[in-house]
Amino acid sequence: MANISAEGLTIEFPLYHAGARSLKKRVLAATPLRLRTDNANRIVVSALRDLTFSIEHGERVALVGPNGAGKTTLLRALAGIYEPVGGKLAVEGTIGSLIDTSAGMDIDSTGRENIRLNGLYRGMTEPQIEALSEEIVAFAGLGEFIDVPIRTYSAGMGVRLSFALATAMQPQVLLMDEWLLAGDAEFLERAKARLEHVVTNAEILVIATHDTKIVRTWCTRAIRLEGGRITADGDVDSILG
Amino acid sequence: MSEGPSDQMHGPAAFGQGPAAIVLDAANPRRRARALDDLAGGFRRWRLARALAWLDIRNRYRGSVLGPFWLSLSTAVMLVGLGILYSALLRVQVGEYLPFLGISLICWNMIAQTVGEGCVAFTGAEGTIRQMRLPYTTHVLRVVMRNAIVTAHNLPLIVLIFLIFGLTPDWGLLLLPVGLLILGINAFAVTMLLGMLCARFRDVGQIVGSVMQIAFFMTPIIWKPESLKENAWIVMLNPFYVIMETVRGPIIEGGGAPLAWALALLVTALVVAFSFAFFVRFRARIAFWV
Repeated sequence: MANISAEGLTIEFPLYHAGARSLKKRVLAATPLRLRTDNANRIVVSALRDLTFSIEHGERVALVGPNGAGKTTLLRALAGIYEPVGGKLAVEGTIGSLIDTSAGMDIDSTGRENIRLNGLYRGMTEPQIEALSEEIVAFAGLGEFIDVPIRTYSAGMGVRLSFALATAMQPQVLLMDEWLLAGDAEFLERAKARLEHVVTNAEILVIATHDTKIVRTWCTRAIRLEGGRITADGDVDSILG
Repeated sequence: MSEGPSDQMHGPAAFGQGPAAIVLDAANPRRRARALDDLAGGFRRWRLARALAWLDIRNRYRGSVLGPFWLSLSTAVMLVGLGILYSALLRVQVGEYLPFLGISLICWNMIAQTVGEGCVAFTGAEGTIRQMRLPYTTHVLRVVMRNAIVTAHNLPLIVLIFLIFGLTPDWGLLLLPVGLLILGINAFAVTMLLGMLCARFRDVGQIVGSVMQIAFFMTPIIWKPESLKENAWIVMLNPFYVIMETVRGPIIEGGGAPLAWALALLVTALVVAFSFAFFVRFRARIAFWV
């Protein structure tokens, strides 16, 4: 059973290369909101401040809030990329993160080579990659372009490939940064069915989005983040109003 | 519509074996256990590091006719030039000096390149580090494997040197795999350490560059330790020398001095211990540093 629980989860980014001294004078005096000095006298950005929540099996959670509220940072923390500076985070279940679907792509490799590379990134063995590869190739529908370096792809072709890769496997905990389908009309119908399948079959969905329609369609719960803190947490209607 | 079995997932499922779960507690970070997990995970997925290493080489030399063989060629050119000049300057026979210089240069190039590229092991992988959870070991292994592959392209040059000067390897050559292993372990540990230091302190890369330049002249590469006469023992204090000796010794010196081997083991132990301690302490910070 997948579940996520956070207790006092805190993540801070030290500003190492920002000319600490002058920055400190300028910023700290004026806006002591999210920049502060830690006990080693460095300037840190409090990206997530003391978050406590738990997400149970079956929940579909939307992270909403203004830009810079900490939505993507929270997704990355859930994916295990940023480790908490304070507090505790436990995630149970296989995690699939669709935070940046083009991450790890090599533009000088062909589509097919990228599929293999992606499989290796995910820790798959050669036979597993082999098995999945044909299906991804078929779904992406790039024809002969699958054997051409992706440097030459149009934006739409790139989206097709990364979408096919991103949705090729079924995680228990699905982390998404924005709904994947934004703007790609021609590919939309087939892609929609596939994405919906992955989303529906995930035991937990956490999606950061600004699109209230997506939230209302897919989510059962919304968490509003502002300035790195949770300001509201509840069912979609009560949060979006 | 695909429905892959859950053991194919990326993230912790593939990262560690057994049930897919991550528990991160800032009050109880379990740093050592997690560093060991990272190392184990990185080595278990060596195929990824190998694929990335080959990709790097392919992309670096894309469109080039000779590819990585350019490095052997430039080593060969340097060898002929330096060989003629210095055998005259140092008054030694070309036939005796050139094989020494050749093997030395190849060893040194490998060391210097790995150290230089080690500095950007993590900063160069910023894009992947911030986007997906991977063992940090993978990025280190990628640098080490890339340099091992590039260095392997020098093999024809070594064979050529042996043929031209009519050298025959002796039993000391049997020690070569051990020497290469020591070199590899050091390359891994140093890349890990420098990768972290350079991610945190951006000046370290520049400092390392200068140090390596000085080290090239301070280490017996273009000169032999014997030319220091009664002070020859002093080269034993040079960690570059003793590490290099574990590879150079087996190839051309019938195995190398036992003292150099002992010191090489000591250097290796120190480097590994220091690098591991640093990795244990700061592994979780790398994502914030890059």
